Amino acid sequence: MLINPSSPRLDDGWLERNIVDPSLKSQQPIVLETQQLHVYYGDNEAIHEGDLKFPEHQISALIGPSGSGKSTYLRSLNRMNDGIARVSGEILYRGVDVNRPEIDVYEMRRRIGMVFQRPNPFSKSIYDNITFALKRRGVTDKKELDEVVETSLKQAAIWDEVKDKLTKSALALSGGQQQRLCIARAIAVKPDILLLDEPASALDPVSTSKLEETLLKLKEDYTIIIVTHNMQQAARISDYTAFFNMGRALEYDETSQIFTSPKVQLTNDYVAGDFG
Amino acid sequence: MNNKLQKQLLKRSKAAKLERLGKTVSFLALMLITVTVFAIIIFVASKGLATFFSNHVNIIDFLTGKDWNPNVTNAKGQPEVGALPMISGSFVVTILSALLATPFAIGTAIFMNEISPHRGAKLLQPVIELLVGIPSVVYGFIGLTVVVPAIRNIFGGSGFGILAGTFVLFVMILPTVTSMSVDALRSVPRYYREAALALGATQWQTIYKVVLRAATPGMLTAVVFGMARAFGEALAVQMVIGNAALLPTNLVSPASTLTSVLTTGIGNTVMGSLQNNALWSLALVLLMMSLIFNLVIRMIGRKGAMSK
Repeated sequence: MLINPSSPRLDDGWLERNIVDPSLKSQQPIVLETQQLHVYYGDNEAIHEGDLKFPEHQISALIGPSGSGKSTYLRSLNRMNDGIARVSGEILYRGVDVNRPEIDVYEMRRRIGMVFQRPNPFSKSIYDNITFALKRRGVTDKKELDEVVETSLKQAAIWDEVKDKLTKSALALSGGQQQRLCIARAIAVKPDILLLDEPASALDPVSTSKLEETLLKLKEDYTIIIVTHNMQQAARISDYTAFFNMGRALEYDETSQIFTSPKVQLTNDYVAGDFG
Repeated sequence: MNNKLQKQLLKRSKAAKLERLGKTVSFLALMLITVTVFAIIIFVASKGLATFFSNHVNIIDFLTGKDWNPNVTNAKGQPEVGALPMISGSFVVTILSALLATPFAIGTAIFMNEISPHRGAKLLQPVIELLVGIPSVVYGFIGLTVVVPAIRNIFGGSGFGILAGTFVLFVMILPTVTSMSVDALRSVPRYYREAALALGATQWQTIYKVVLRAATPGMLTAVVFGMARAFGEALAVQMVIGNAALLPTNLVSPASTLTSVLTTGIGNTVMGSLQNNALWSLALVLLMMSLIFNLVIRMIGRKGAMSK
């Protein structure tokens, strides 16, 4: 078993932890990693420590009970917590710390896109939703825009449902369609990483399974990090799973390991449904 | 046993009586207000229409006539009651002050709500609330002693006129329009902003293309509300506009508005005379305009609610 040499270990107040380094397990390079990450809301420390490495073109799931800090962790990765929370430690995107003061946060967010818990399309047409970010970046060529709209909607597996009503308001779509539209909107700017914050929690089971299919397809082109409340979802779609509790990543390993033979007792209790 | 139960069920309890009393009282309050509003409208209308029905002034002549001199009869044997100078004066000061106030109000609102919410809430909010509460006579007095002499020095003439009225109204409606614009921005859901930022849009792009677009109905309501206030403001305008019932040809010569003619004239006429009736007709025009402003606000609100 190739694991971080110092874990499982007892530290930080005698916490049992098991954080695996995926670069030792698979060929994929690491695109994003956090080192000694701490996040504070005012005086309140929401993330005590999260040292995770996310491999390219894989789906990594963050699971854990409510308030465990998994969403806070995710939102720190593309600095959506700017102005709300204070971050210390390093978040390395392909070796560059995204919190460096000279970082262009807008370019960084284009590369690390985010989809939120609640579908949040703009009250514009479907077409304008997709082209919003491109137009802000100065793309005006109609042909190019049309092309991006089609490819991103196809990638998000919603093209067939909306191709005849691209000029209709995005708010007329169902919740599941809206969420896939939001994914299409996020991939229209050709990001490198997609962060998803409980994207299926407001959706019904049918829409959820469609969304999961979409994510599995997207993984070929994008690195995906997804926060989910739903353990079955993590088990179904993710390659790696991190278990968060009380602001700490306690265990991070291949998903099959986490769900079949977790090393940490708390992870075991959580995936077995004993708490959370 | 059954009898006792029946008695308990069929007797009105104290709670039920209180309930009925409460309903009656609030209904009476509503009735009182409704009756008052309708009484005012009917009263103003009956007085205002008397000019046309008892004094036989042509309504078109009234609305388009350029000479206001109710004591004098013209060549046709009709009294000179052309209200066009006042109507246009009212519209000009209203529109100019709204045009001037809107950019400042939107800018302030964006600063308060988007750019520096913390300082906005702590520092600017109380200032704006204070500005709303200043009595109009104070604004008028400041206009009279500061704005009018300043205009006199720069443009010559007396300094009284549309420009002075516009400035005073601009300052008066600015806090109203600003605080309503802040409310409009605040009602834009946070996730709109997050969606735009997460796509790599800058804060300004987010404000300009997403937040302001979503807040447009609320902003329009704010502007129309400000216009309604400007249109109906009497005292402060009357103090600085010069009160000459002349068709406005430039911004710095004395003019008048519906309200300024009403406040200066209503004490000097005899009830029931033509001079008095003509003033009521002006009041009727004013009232109709207020109703139209209200309708516009409601229409914008309904359209905004539909597009959400």
